[in-house]
Amino acid sequence: MNEQQGLELDPRGISTDLSVSRRDFLKAVGGGIVILFLVGDPSVLEAQRRGGQGLPDDFNAFLRIGPDGRVTCFTGKIEQGQGIITSLAQMLADEMDVSVESIDMTMGDTSVCPYDAGTYGSLTTRFFGPPLRAAGAEARAVLIELAAEELQAPKDRLVAENGVVFDKNQKDKRVAYADLAKGKAIARRANPKPPTKKPSELRIMGKEFLRRDATQKVTGEAQYAGDIRLPGMLYAKLVRSFVHGAKLKSVDTSAAERVEGAKVVRDGDLIAVLHKNPDEAALAASQIKAEFDSPTLDVDSETIFDHLLKNAGEGRLVGSPGGQLDEGERLAQTIVEQAYLDGYKAHAAIETHTALANVEGDKVTVWASTQTPFPLREQVARELGIPPADVRVIPPFVGGGFGGKTANQQAIEAAKLSRAAGKPVQVAWSREEEFFYDTFRPAAVVKIKSGISKEGKLVLWDYHVYFAGERGAAHFYDIPNHRTVSVGGGFGGGAGPHPFATGAWRAPANNTNTFARESQIDIMAAKAKIDPVEFRLKNLKDERMIRVLRAAADKFNWKPAVAPSGRGLGVACGIDADTYVAAIAHVEVDKRTGRVRVVSVSCAQDMGLAINPEGARIQMEGCITMGMGYALTEDVRFKGGRVLERNFDTYEIPRFSSLPKIETFILDLKDEPAHGGGEPAIITMGAVISNAIHDAVGARMLRLPMTADRVRMAVPAAS
Amino acid sequence: MAETISFVLNGKPASVTTDGSRQLLWVLRTDLGLTGTKCGCAQALCGACTVLVDNRPVRSCIYPVRNAEGREIVTIEGLARDGNLHPLQKAFVQHDALQCGFCTPGMILTAYGLLQRTPQPTREEVIQALDQNLCRCGAHTRIIDAVQSAAAEMKGEQSK
Repeated sequence: MNEQQGLELDPRGISTDLSVSRRDFLKAVGGGIVILFLVGDPSVLEAQRRGGQGLPDDFNAFLRIGPDGRVTCFTGKIEQGQGIITSLAQMLADEMDVSVESIDMTMGDTSVCPYDAGTYGSLTTRFFGPPLRAAGAEARAVLIELAAEELQAPKDRLVAENGVVFDKNQKDKRVAYADLAKGKAIARRANPKPPTKKPSELRIMGKEFLRRDATQKVTGEAQYAGDIRLPGMLYAKLVRSFVHGAKLKSVDTSAAERVEGAKVVRDGDLIAVLHKNPDEAALAASQIKAEFDSPTLDVDSETIFDHLLKNAGEGRLVGSPGGQLDEGERLAQTIVEQAYLDGYKAHAAIETHTALANVEGDKVTVWASTQTPFPLREQVARELGIPPADVRVIPPFVGGGFGGKTANQQAIEAAKLSRAAGKPVQVAWSREEEFFYDTFRPAAVVKIKSGISKEGKLVLWDYHVYFAGERGAAHFYDIPNHRTVSVGGGFGGGAGPHPFATGAWRAPANNTNTFARESQIDIMAAKAKIDPVEFRLKNLKDERMIRVLRAAADKFNWKPAVAPSGRGLGVACGIDADTYVAAIAHVEVDKRTGRVRVVSVSCAQDMGLAINPEGARIQMEGCITMGMGYALTEDVRFKGGRVLERNFDTYEIPRFSSLPKIETFILDLKDEPAHGGGEPAIITMGAVISNAIHDAVGARMLRLPMTADRVRMAVPAAS
Repeated sequence: MAETISFVLNGKPASVTTDGSRQLLWVLRTDLGLTGTKCGCAQALCGACTVLVDNRPVRSCIYPVRNAEGREIVTIEGLARDGNLHPLQKAFVQHDALQCGFCTPGMILTAYGLLQRTPQPTREEVIQALDQNLCRCGAHTRIIDAVQSAAAEMKGEQSK
């Protein structure tokens, strides 16, 4: 062990360049061997840049080997069902030569985990994975050094296996990690680029593992934010207007105050009834008479698209344009101009936004259903006017996020009410509140002008996306004259001309962009009278896309035909989080009712190294299933500032009876870096179903969702 | 308004003194501290709150606790017996039939009700039985597989 690299755990021994938070961390975890990973690695910088946040102070990943030999992985990421509680453990176990079972995950707790901007954007595997693996490799190197001393053997003769180091020339000379860590207090700064394992050396990554949290989740033991109980805690029901932009005019809380056990508290415009039972808080709150000044809002879910276009403003180029658009027009034999519309979508996680806050003196602890515990800590600190160091956010299991739980209004409400009441307070939004305050996937318009030569070669592509955002807007076809422009804030830039808040929704912007692009490509294929798979291959030079599209077509046993063929088969491809996806759908359309039944969806995915192929397939299945909703049924309707959806009776999400047969196929690319997996497969669902509907009945759907009414009206009379 | 309601909860006698018109869901989650039963919609539209009353699945968000008087209630916490997971719980683990896990207790207890009525359900029967239970993560295909495999295992156990 090189003493200069080792740091004593006693905070007095820590050199002054260490931040307060690191010192706190070292104190918090006690003895053992701790690995700190510095932020020098470009992948960490990239992750932070993409998160739009400032850099963390000095380090970004830790693990600890305890005296019992167990390894604790500390990550600022949270588990919302996507399965990183398993895949991150696999990465660490493989690099450290321990079993997955010996790894404990501590996730998102701001008091002990390293800073993280949030769990979204399919960033975890791509950007947290490499530094975590490096930390694991560093830990293994430390253990080998300690073992060399302990066993009096040269390092190059030592082999680690399943948490034990032994001398390969003398196998009974062995020592367990547990014994090496016992009585130690070592903190090591990881080398930013320690040698991690080569693809051929991996034994745990790339293998299938069952979810590690399943037993807790099937027994009811798993705790979500709403399940945390503190002595004396109260449940809040807030007084709301369900009209966007409404201001409180007057309120009479006297009847509620007379309810036994109910307490009315107020913090500015925030008024709530608190009670020891949530249902009784709600009952008492229903007796409050509140009047609001409600603005009249003319725009509704039918006129929103014109409204957005009128308020569009200047656009910005996405990527570099190529060639000359007028040259493209000159070369084109056929030009098609088309506009595509996409309505608002709700996240609709089954767990609504929930938080429990406990303000004690000048310290605050918040248990929240959140994808962004660290930004939430800052937010709570700002709203309460206290330093972030006095706020601890603990995210228990999150009951579905999909981007919706990057917004944390409910936690701020809980913190303010707890301060006002002097007791722990839980805020759990009702389904109606969830449908009103959700940061919806934005309504958007895409306009495309495209042209093909008489040989069926794309020669012109002029693409404008309005208010969806630019993710997935850039095309990947081989088109000499092209331009892509994004207009309006999309999902990240505040409400703007949207009548209410919008936000990131699983693969933000990309669902809308891929729907528009792949529909337009299909129109061009039909104009060229070329099979849609062949047309795409003919216009592609991107090798990864060609490979994944061929894989999807082969797996499906695709037989070429010009659409509409009457078979009801559609194809679409796209790129998200560096992952390439190609999907083929088979649909049946009832021409009389317009009802679409999706018979099957077959999806091929190039995601590089799949850390847990089983987990990756589950994410693909989830994407395909969830994507059926935005494609066919999900639409947030609104009028006069009111959201018309209040519950799942009108907002129809996919259910068992709507399931297609799903086939997934992950390309075997173990030598390539790991790409994103939680979002990519959802992006093709709008276009692949739309293209299949067109193939079935000749109806070209230009608006999502493709409800039965809309399909019925689009079916050509002659068909 | 307060009344004392007695029932058997997860195999043990229990009683609460409360307003009997309150929904069972909230009494379970707060008064009795059993938080495995979830609230997803509060209007019997999603199934997350499903519990067993006299062995039949019931939406506890619209079930007045008064109606539980003298009955037997099983929540997700009470499904395992003698430290052994129920075959449905085991099958959900083995098939990775969950993601975020929030709908899982309701799925398992609704499936339990199905297997009571129809011990060897077809795929169509599973779909029909679970169709009013919502899952946003998209674990549906694996849930169907898990229910059918649990049914097969339970059949094996009975014939032993």
